[in-house]
Amino acid sequence: MTTSPQPSSDATRLVTPAMLVLWLVLATVPLWIARVGLYPYLGIEILIWSLYALAFNLVLGTAGLPSFGHGAYFGIGAYAFGLCQFNVVANLWVCLVAAFAVAGLAGALVALFISHRRGIYYAFMTIAFGQIFWTLAIKSHGITGGEDGLLKIARLPADFGVARFDLSDNVAFYYFVLVLFALAVVAMWRLTHSPYGRIVAAIKQSETRAAHLGYNVWLYKASIFTLSAAISGLAGGLFAMAQLAAFPDVMSLHQSGYVVMMTLVGGGLVSFWGPVVGVFVFLIARDVIGALTNAWMLYFGLLFIAIVLFRPEGIAGAVSAAFQKHSLIRRQGNSAMRLLFGGERWR
Amino acid sequence: MALIEAAGIHVRFGDRVVLESIDLAVPEGEFHGLMGPNGAGKTTFFNVLTGRVKPSRGSIRLDGRDVTGLSSHRIAAHGVARSFQIMTLFDEFSARENVTVGLPAFRARGFDMRHAAANDSGFARSAMEILATVGLADKADIRARDLSYGDRRALEIAVALAQGPRVLCLDEPTSGLGSDGVQRLAALVGRLKGKLTIVAIEHDMEFLFALADRISVIHWGQVVARGTPHELQQNEWVKRSNLGRFA
Repeated sequence: MTTSPQPSSDATRLVTPAMLVLWLVLATVPLWIARVGLYPYLGIEILIWSLYALAFNLVLGTAGLPSFGHGAYFGIGAYAFGLCQFNVVANLWVCLVAAFAVAGLAGALVALFISHRRGIYYAFMTIAFGQIFWTLAIKSHGITGGEDGLLKIARLPADFGVARFDLSDNVAFYYFVLVLFALAVVAMWRLTHSPYGRIVAAIKQSETRAAHLGYNVWLYKASIFTLSAAISGLAGGLFAMAQLAAFPDVMSLHQSGYVVMMTLVGGGLVSFWGPVVGVFVFLIARDVIGALTNAWMLYFGLLFIAIVLFRPEGIAGAVSAAFQKHSLIRRQGNSAMRLLFGGERWR
Repeated sequence: MALIEAAGIHVRFGDRVVLESIDLAVPEGEFHGLMGPNGAGKTTFFNVLTGRVKPSRGSIRLDGRDVTGLSSHRIAAHGVARSFQIMTLFDEFSARENVTVGLPAFRARGFDMRHAAANDSGFARSAMEILATVGLADKADIRARDLSYGDRRALEIAVALAQGPRVLCLDEPTSGLGSDGVQRLAALVGRLKGKLTIVAIEHDMEFLFALADRISVIHWGQVVARGTPHELQQNEWVKRSNLGRFA
């Protein structure tokens, strides 16, 4: 008989050891990234996409809702950041809040129409809405700049009242994104393990049961989608700062597919950190394999197929399975033989 | 006044009439059995009672309040819990967490996004008490999907009990259980009897005739016979069918 892993003490922590290790490693990236043949901007991209993928995984992994048009909210966040800067006020905090809020608003609007659906119907509706937003972004030349993009977005300085940091340098901006990423990770970790997060996870397993236990399933599905869209928008706002522009291509169907691939390859369905793993693998593969051949996506696609076929729980799932096997053998000591010969069902 | 009052419940799916007209009044504390052949409309009636299906005509009153056509989560919040014939558990959750999600206190904190659910010892304590009543206390940490069939049946009921319901609707609770399992379940339901109002669909006549205060026989979307187990044994319809053979 297998037991579920005890609700680990990590679930109750605000900051886990894994987070600390990750942040520490990430904090050293600007010191060595150039020496391994990569460049600081890649670090920024990895952080922003990690934030985006974690937000996306609230919907795909935690809630089990297949959203294939999530690029829309990432893109809306980017445009909102730029437009706020040009038309409202050129203040970093206001513009980031705008990216968060406008994308959240768009997410809430879509959630109104899709939250009674699930499965393939849900997926199609998210694609349809994603395409609508993408088309609007391309066609509204006057507002978004169409396919030319919204250019000349500035990296506004981070003004804390007492101190003011210029973010135009990639290393400075990297650390700024890292701080926001760390805060967002704490928030999403807590959200996932809160009563709200557990209920969303329960709804993923059985909407019927949850409804008969008195939960307004529609409201939970709509709210997690809205939250996810808002955080994706925040990531999009940071992406606009990184690129100094906002383009419609991140909103397209195939770019929306990237975040799905990253999340699945990394193991978002079984692990909180899966999406981050996926982003690392994806972006580094893009740069390393991409330097050798233009057809790098072919090889990543093959990796994706292999993972879906043989390790559907993704890289994080495979690693944790390996760890579990290891600790099971250690713990059971002399019963390892029985385990090897399949005398007992084990995971 | 009865706790549950269903009057003239009529349900049709397209041009197919599933429930013709069902009347049912269950006083507080009664164990009311529902029986009848497959396809008679028993589960559909349950679905109406628990808000899954809206009746085309008729009304449901709960403690005098009209709850006709309310959605499942609202009816559940009014104190109606149900178990499912086809097991409907949170398979990836431990037994304890399955029950925790059912607790009204947990539901009250449903939009709490800031605190860790696992930090609350109150939830854990309440969940353990409920698991103990169904005999699953020592299996609290086992994932629902890894429990044995009989234990999953018990967990089905535990999750419903977690709601602290006034009305417990059991949809074929003995389905698929061996005779040991049925006895265990009969003992459990016997302990619950009188403490809350129970409506149970059941094919196991021995089980139902031993426990139920009254039984309604549903056929062709109507109640064709109703009475105490003793009265039903005298009923012509029941005699002609093979339903009364265990009594």
